[in-house]
Amino acid sequence: MLELKGLKKTFNAGTVNEKTALNGLNLRLEEGDFVTVIGGNGAGKSTMLNAIAGTWFVDEGSIHIDNLDVTKLSEHKRAQYLGRVFQDPMTGTAASMQIEENLALAARRGQPRTLRIGINNKERAFYKEQLRILDLGLEDRLTTGVGLLSGGQRQALTLLMATLKKPRLLLLDEHTAALDPKTAAKVLDATDRIVKKDNLTTIMITHNMKDAIAHGNRLVMMHEGRIIYDVSGEEKKSLTVADLLHKFEEVSGGEFANDRMILS
Amino acid sequence: MNIGVLVNALPGACAQGLIWGIMAIGVYLTYRILDLADLTVDGTMCTGGAVCIMMMLKGYSVWMALLVAFLAGMLAGLVTGLLHTFFGIPAILAGILTQLGLYSVNLRILGSKSNQAINVDKYDLLISLRYIKDVPFWKNTILVVAVITIILIALLYWFFGTELGCSIRATGSNANMSKAQGINTDFNKVLGLMISNGIVAFSSGLYAQYQGFADVNAGRGAIVIGLAAVIIGQVVFGRIHANFAFKLLFVSAGAIIYYLVLQVVMWFGLNSNDLKLISALVVAVFLALPHLKDKYSARRIKKGGESHA
Repeated sequence: MLELKGLKKTFNAGTVNEKTALNGLNLRLEEGDFVTVIGGNGAGKSTMLNAIAGTWFVDEGSIHIDNLDVTKLSEHKRAQYLGRVFQDPMTGTAASMQIEENLALAARRGQPRTLRIGINNKERAFYKEQLRILDLGLEDRLTTGVGLLSGGQRQALTLLMATLKKPRLLLLDEHTAALDPKTAAKVLDATDRIVKKDNLTTIMITHNMKDAIAHGNRLVMMHEGRIIYDVSGEEKKSLTVADLLHKFEEVSGGEFANDRMILS
Repeated sequence: MNIGVLVNALPGACAQGLIWGIMAIGVYLTYRILDLADLTVDGTMCTGGAVCIMMMLKGYSVWMALLVAFLAGMLAGLVTGLLHTFFGIPAILAGILTQLGLYSVNLRILGSKSNQAINVDKYDLLISLRYIKDVPFWKNTILVVAVITIILIALLYWFFGTELGCSIRATGSNANMSKAQGINTDFNKVLGLMISNGIVAFSSGLYAQYQGFADVNAGRGAIVIGLAAVIIGQVVFGRIHANFAFKLLFVSAGAIIYYLVLQVVMWFGLNSNDLKLISALVVAVFLALPHLKDKYSARRIKKGGESHA
């Protein structure tokens, strides 16, 4: 359902800061795949998600969602197919607006914004129900300003917003990295539940190898803008962190993973 | 100093404040909602009046003239919006460019004169500084502008509650999130700038009628007065938990307070040539206050730490 073919992206081309972030990236996802992505800093993980989301256009290659070529589609038009949760809890929500207003914006993703009322009572009941799934007590705070929520609450809300209108593809960019371990576990748990419930095709970047193994049906490892290891099914289930570390050393020629990856 | 002089001047100050309050609501839309400082308004605050007066001199009705003034303002907003979004020029610079260009446009509209007068006795003006006292109450300028302000606030309250209006608020609050939710942020910024400048030009049309002439320099420093009203409204009424409609009302009230204070300052003996300096100082002080407050409290923390050491 998603196909990335020969993606290339170089930032600051022609300057001393030139950085090739994607270097001939190929990836094909089947319907219902839940892929976890690992790799060192600068491996191109986030760049890959941004390329899919259309934050900027790639230099080379093509991106197809459901056989539709979206390579040259602008970010806001592509959004109708995508649900996104970012690493920074501040990025995914509008702080100066209420919880229900944020949800109402998300519920209209991919629809033209008309002069109809921005949020009606029927939706409110639905949002309340959906917020209850998160189990954070937000269902009684529909009109609370999002700026008053904690990072974990905002991230959980962003997750709900990304999936409120069922996306064709869910993109999670280290969405628990900025949270404390307890909250991170809670948000991950909610992620699993939501993905399973709607059978969402999902790409989740994580720096936590245990999480990468524990979640999803497929795992890919990135290095220098390419996928260097792709494992799924039973083989993935039997993976250990040691296996991954070993694999990483093998392909990256010994230079190893940053502390962050080992420690977590 | 004769207190009677001051009291006599207050209704006029009130009327001016109300008219500039409408302009300030336009500024509020860009400055607070879209999070853009739009300097186009220094140009549109003249354009609206110029269009309105010239149309009326040509025999059009006052409402027609105000409508075209509003549209002219929207057009100016469109230019700034396209310079900013399509051509990628920073918003402040885009506004300055449009504003500068508008100076020539305004002179053209005014028939190459720096001002054009309209006679309140010969033309059927909606408001005038002559309609403050000794007129039937329904013709009183303060009442007329107050009613217009309330209608405008009601319209904006409705609009920013619609799907489209909500998406404009989201664009100003968090552009990344908006794009991820499929909102065309460029379109929304342009639309917001158009609405804002339309309102400013409408206010300019009212102001020209009030004064009895359109002047090519009418908009000089308008952004500062608009910001002053927004900020005064926020400082004075900020602690009141209010919905969007009341926030707009506070902006209007901020403009009235601004003009009343100016009136008092002038009564103390400063002349109207000093007004721009005073305006700039007032806005600078209010903008600086939050920063200074943080700095001051930070210093207090340090001192506390030393005494405990």
